Amino acid sequence: MNCIIIDDEAAARAIISQLCGQAPQVNVIEEFPNAIQAIKFLNQNEVDLIFLDIHMPDFTGFDFIETIKNPPKIILTTSDTNFAIQAFEYDCIVDYLVKPISLERFQKAINKAEASSVNASSNSSDKVETTSGNDLYVNIDRRLIKINIPSIYLVEAQGDYIRVKTENKNYTVHSTLKKIKEKLPDSIFLKVHRSYIININKIVDIEDNSVLIKKDIIPVSRSNRPELMRRLNML
Amino acid sequence: MEQPNLIYIKSMSGGNQAFEQKLIGIIKQEFPKEVEIYLTNMSLKEYRKAADNVHKLKHKISILGLQKSYAIAQDYEKNLLEGSTILEADFSDIIRLIADFLETQ
Repeated sequence: MNCIIIDDEAAARAIISQLCGQAPQVNVIEEFPNAIQAIKFLNQNEVDLIFLDIHMPDFTGFDFIETIKNPPKIILTTSDTNFAIQAFEYDCIVDYLVKPISLERFQKAINKAEASSVNASSNSSDKVETTSGNDLYVNIDRRLIKINIPSIYLVEAQGDYIRVKTENKNYTVHSTLKKIKEKLPDSIFLKVHRSYIININKIVDIEDNSVLIKKDIIPVSRSNRPELMRRLNML
Repeated sequence: MEQPNLIYIKSMSGGNQAFEQKLIGIIKQEFPKEVEIYLTNMSLKEYRKAADNVHKLKHKISILGLQKSYAIAQDYEKNLLEGSTILEADFSDIIRLIADFLETQ
């Protein structure tokens, strides 16, 4: 699980990071001294787990949770036991660690987060988009709208939303690239950049590190380029 | 009076002495700054802000194994939120105790 740590106290961040180092399931990718910086990071990056301090100046841990639309799993870390009841009103909170955090208690919280991730992924097909044969149903304004999958030529990440572009119409859906990718057939769809999935049948041309799909020029990240080239029927 | 110790730090370090030194270094850096902010807020009679500072300092008190002091700090934080400074002198003793200990590290 890729995780970030948000705590205004450097000693607390160091301790959590050290504890994570002893848990092979967890990989700390970033640490933040305040919630605002973390929100900016999460606008561009996905994480599986957040260690979140509640008691921070200006912007508390609960403010943070209220601000982000699709929070990942969160383990609260606090010196205060008074927020436990409030904490469990949020589905995303999987555990509540009281500082100072022991290694044993930390490991238990990680196990809970891991178990919770398994449950979440096994249910995910019911929550986001549903597919039926060649169609994908997306939830827009409480209506399930059918999109013909082969007509999709581009999916673009836009913050907490994705933009699904088809031959006839474009749709903005509250979801993530990761979720929609699971619903699209790998045989014709490929993630070429952290913000783009393309239909490889709709490519017009490829130039250096970009592809032209209809009239959209889409960047191809260096790590995804070999797979794109492998998938093309080259002469 | 109870004395600060490194029992907790050693218990969670996994035997990593470099980390133990790093953490003590961080505490030595952070603690005086947090105390200074606390003292400023006390001098300005900004007791709610001072309560926040005490809250933050509580973690370091607990890291250094000061259980009784932690309980005092907890009561003091509540008192400050109610505008009472009744435990101020006791908390000053705790700050001094930690500062003296950190000087030896």
